Amino acid sequence: MADETGRFGVPALHFGVPSRRRFIQLGAGAAAGWTLSGTAPAQTERPTTPPDKPRGQVIAALSQEPTVFHPLMPGIEVDQGIWWQVFSPLWFIDPDGKFIPDLAREVPTIENGGLSADGLTWKIKLRSDVKWHDGTPFTADDVKFSLELINNPDFRVRNRVGHSLVKDIKVVASDEIHWRMESPYSPYMSILSLTFIVPKHILEKVSDPNSSPFHNAPVGTGPFRWAERVPGDHIQLNAYAGYHGKGPYLERVVFKYIPDLTVLYTQFRTGQVDYTGLQGILPNFVQEAKTLKGRRIFVSATSSVEHLALNLEFGPFADRTVREALYLAINKQAIIDALNYGLPTQTESFVPQQAWSFQQGLPQHKYDPAKANALLDAAGWARGAGGVREKGGVKLEFTNSTTSGNAVREQTQQLLIQDWRAIGAAMRVNNMPAAVIWGDFWQQSKFNSVLVSVNFMLGSDPDVTPRFGSGAIPAKGGRGYNTYQYRSLEVDRLLAEGAKQFDLAQRKATYGDLQKLIRNDLAILPLFQGFIAEGVKEGLQGFRPNINTSINCWNVREWYWA
Amino acid sequence: MARYIVNRLGQAIMLLVMVSAIGFAILHLAPGGPLSQYAASAQMTQEDLDRVTKQLGLDRPLPIQYLDWFGRMVKGDWGRSYRDGETVLSVIGSHLGATFELMLTATIIAVLLGCWIGVLGALRRYSLFDTLATVGAMIALSIPTFWFGLVTIYVFSVKLGWLPAGNRETVGDGSLLDLLHHLIAPALVLALVETAMWGRFMRSSMLEVINQDYIRTARAKGMPEWRVLTVHALRNALLPMITVAGLQFPTLLGGALVAETVFTWPGMGRLFLDSIGYRDYPVVMGILMFSATMVLIGSLLADILYAVVDPRIRVG
Repeated sequence: MADETGRFGVPALHFGVPSRRRFIQLGAGAAAGWTLSGTAPAQTERPTTPPDKPRGQVIAALSQEPTVFHPLMPGIEVDQGIWWQVFSPLWFIDPDGKFIPDLAREVPTIENGGLSADGLTWKIKLRSDVKWHDGTPFTADDVKFSLELINNPDFRVRNRVGHSLVKDIKVVASDEIHWRMESPYSPYMSILSLTFIVPKHILEKVSDPNSSPFHNAPVGTGPFRWAERVPGDHIQLNAYAGYHGKGPYLERVVFKYIPDLTVLYTQFRTGQVDYTGLQGILPNFVQEAKTLKGRRIFVSATSSVEHLALNLEFGPFADRTVREALYLAINKQAIIDALNYGLPTQTESFVPQQAWSFQQGLPQHKYDPAKANALLDAAGWARGAGGVREKGGVKLEFTNSTTSGNAVREQTQQLLIQDWRAIGAAMRVNNMPAAVIWGDFWQQSKFNSVLVSVNFMLGSDPDVTPRFGSGAIPAKGGRGYNTYQYRSLEVDRLLAEGAKQFDLAQRKATYGDLQKLIRNDLAILPLFQGFIAEGVKEGLQGFRPNINTSINCWNVREWYWA
Repeated sequence: MARYIVNRLGQAIMLLVMVSAIGFAILHLAPGGPLSQYAASAQMTQEDLDRVTKQLGLDRPLPIQYLDWFGRMVKGDWGRSYRDGETVLSVIGSHLGATFELMLTATIIAVLLGCWIGVLGALRRYSLFDTLATVGAMIALSIPTFWFGLVTIYVFSVKLGWLPAGNRETVGDGSLLDLLHHLIAPALVLALVETAMWGRFMRSSMLEVINQDYIRTARAKGMPEWRVLTVHALRNALLPMITVAGLQFPTLLGGALVAETVFTWPGMGRLFLDSIGYRDYPVVMGILMFSATMVLIGSLLADILYAVVDPRIRVG
């Protein structure tokens, strides 16, 4: 899962005296340590230069079909694959975590005057050489229109986190826009890096903002322009000669929809597709894929954390000792090695290990069933009939759910049953199709425990208020997705503090403390950091996995054939 | 005859209404909903989900939603897909051609091959050919289409490299030869079960006919054997096959669903599967109504044709 994080249930806060470097640090250096996994080397084997003009095509295979082309509407990760090619944000985050200006001339900082010292006034200077794909010049009016559309109550927008704080938008010149924030909110920099700007001159004329020809033939300022869509099959985008940035170097890119991952891999193997995108190559094929001639395999870390989500309001899980015992009894390494072919890495945090905000030195998990048994014995969880422990009439038995049909997760459940049976905990499997499990069952915390992968980050920002804030529990009327029902006053305090801080060092300390707390409370039982294996045909240059985006084909504009 | 047709038509319409009501209820009462994909994968809080639910009218009571949908449907407005905002009719239309192409090719293969195997099997009953055809049919009917599709890809695409591993065409090519090249494997896979069924039905039908008195009479009259077989036997044996043909549509559609998934064929079957997964209610209901209409038309045509060739049916 990927999600946009923002601030929920946080009172208005005063921004303290900022240092001159705060926003530079936040902006340009916010994710200085945010680098690619060591297993995803830069593609440097053919030091060639890009062609002078777009040449050739790439067929990129995706296991889900992109269907939402209005980049502000509800969509899933795969839709981003199209948005990155057709549209542009004000700035984007590169694989190193740096904000790179795109439609903006520069990333606003306190030093360059783009941000006021209190973080409330934003002044954005825009490029004046950008044109929409239909030839209309891009101006500040488009940015104003996009931000206002997001807050239009009739528009089916994805979400308004951060955007709802934007007030008094003023177009100062065709290439400059100012606005005021209702309260300081540092994660907005990341939010804007994933907010694509839409054309005012087209969308202001449509009668229904939720449905128009634009929705199925979008016009943007990105490196590729819309060509055609064959529903259920592919989407073709052609190079946009007037693109304002680097590239594109390909004449066209075709996003091919191949729903079955085995079939997707087979087509990559037989050479019908040049790149295996979202969901990539199944772990069981990775070793074989590495031996294929003329193919390169990249295994890169993702921001998602595979973990056991416990419903902390459910009987035994309310007891921290139980959570600790369960965690100690998981043979994580077996899950990683036997079921995931050793590809992922263990983690103790919800923050990816490559992020600037990652807290080093968290207590390391140790597989220790003997200690788990001792802990439960000491806490009064006695073994009852059938070897299942109970305390005060509450049995240590529960269900675990995940998406049915996910073979690796289903096998993981079998290992968990075995591991936990050894300490007197009885787990039953209760799997459901994706459309069922992620509905009310998950949203309203109707589960006992769930095996799930969640991207807690927004780009490079670690604000997890919607995930762990006390006011973000949907089952209790909260406005986030704290389906764990985790509550901690100290965590709430740290989250509120972090969202108003603009100094990187301060933020690092705040979110470090937060990770320690979450780890100590075992609000989630982390298993490993997610990974993706992707295949690229040899000779295709420019592929750069980007942990800060939901999809690694974010920069097709830089791809070219050697 | 006209009264018979009107009666059958009335029954068909009643059935369609029932299918729509039951389908709508089952679909909407199933856990999850069109927005759960966002809850699972992206960027929306419960507040956002609630807002969009209201905007889509999904918070209204189910009977109201059904009556609203039904009212619009009979006027020709089948709604818009929740996924891409296209009208349901255009979504179905954009997938129909591919499925029709696949099903038609598979049907032609199955009818020709199946009838030939069936007739020959009946004429050479218990011969080696008949035994092999029987065993072959049993195997074909037992093999899951999914598995057979994967084996076909493995052998003919991965190992031999003769056929593409999937897709309807090579992007940017689209010549007739290219289309046919891509069509071979999925059509053969889809035709496998159909051929077996046609073969078995044809064999039984032919066996029944060639033991009839009028066949013996024809032979006794000295009529050449080819004429006995083609004019008298085959013609009569084909009659029950009208019903088989009329009722084959659902089986064929089910097979197409699997074949389309394995061969990444952009047809209705895969659209149906995707739409169910996403709980895209308008599209699922659209496909359901379209398929039900097709099945009923097929069945209606079969009944009418049968009534035409056998007047006793009309009375009965």
